[in-house]
Amino acid sequence: MMWFLFIYFATVSVVAGVLTVSLRNAVHCALALLTLLLHMAGLFVMLNAEFLAMVQIIVYAGAILILYLFVLMLMNLKTEEQHLHKKHSYVLFASLGLLGELLILLMLSPYGGTIGTATPDVILNTGPSHAVGITMFSDYLLLFEIVGIFLLGAVIGAIVLAKTPVQTETQQPADSSTP
Amino acid sequence: MIPLAAYVAVSAVLFMTGLIGVLIRRNFIIVLMSVEIMLNAANINLVAFSHYLNSMAGQMSALFIIAVAAAEAAVGLAIIIVIFRGKMATNVDQINILKW
Repeated sequence: MMWFLFIYFATVSVVAGVLTVSLRNAVHCALALLTLLLHMAGLFVMLNAEFLAMVQIIVYAGAILILYLFVLMLMNLKTEEQHLHKKHSYVLFASLGLLGELLILLMLSPYGGTIGTATPDVILNTGPSHAVGITMFSDYLLLFEIVGIFLLGAVIGAIVLAKTPVQTETQQPADSSTP
Repeated sequence: MIPLAAYVAVSAVLFMTGLIGVLIRRNFIIVLMSVEIMLNAANINLVAFSHYLNSMAGQMSALFIIAVAAAEAAVGLAIIIVIFRGKMATNVDQINILKW
């Protein structure tokens, strides 16, 4: 059963990723990306990371993807004849070779490491969200605060960048009555 | 029980998909979407290692990566809007005013 779920989530993720990269219409690409994000949340649930799966659905699929779709609809892009670079086949062959090399290296490596204390039993005893909260607000408190300030800076920067430039009165005195 | 190598393989394939997307697509918005695919592949890797090595550190890193991805999307899309307002173009090969 676990294998069936894993194969389903993995296959749909990879196919949706390839579609995101290869589809012609940009809105279709965004919808394929949505499929990819939702199935990746399924993979997170299989790895005992329920809180992260919910964050993935709410933040990625709910906020970031909507932002992309809003910008796509604001720009009203037409579907183009040439949606790839001219010399994309060279990049494609080189990347596929690199992917094969990477997979061979990964399959040969031993995956060892220091085993921590948060075994699945411990996490299930306290509850997954509870365990994440305890860790985040004790060991990672400083990082959490830094990420908060970082997000504030990013949002202010985005607003300042995307603001409509104001026409000054010295340049165009005739248009000063209209906003 | 699914081996860790299976998750790592899925993550590697998705990462290379995103990298190919960054390299071959012309539309700037889809290049940003490919960057999101790469960040997600890194997330899968981190969470899988966090599960198999019994540690919470991987999940924490994945949460912070999601926050960074949100900031990147906001600033990147604002930059796209500014460029689109000036040049009416979103293709990366038309945006070459910094090239000399």
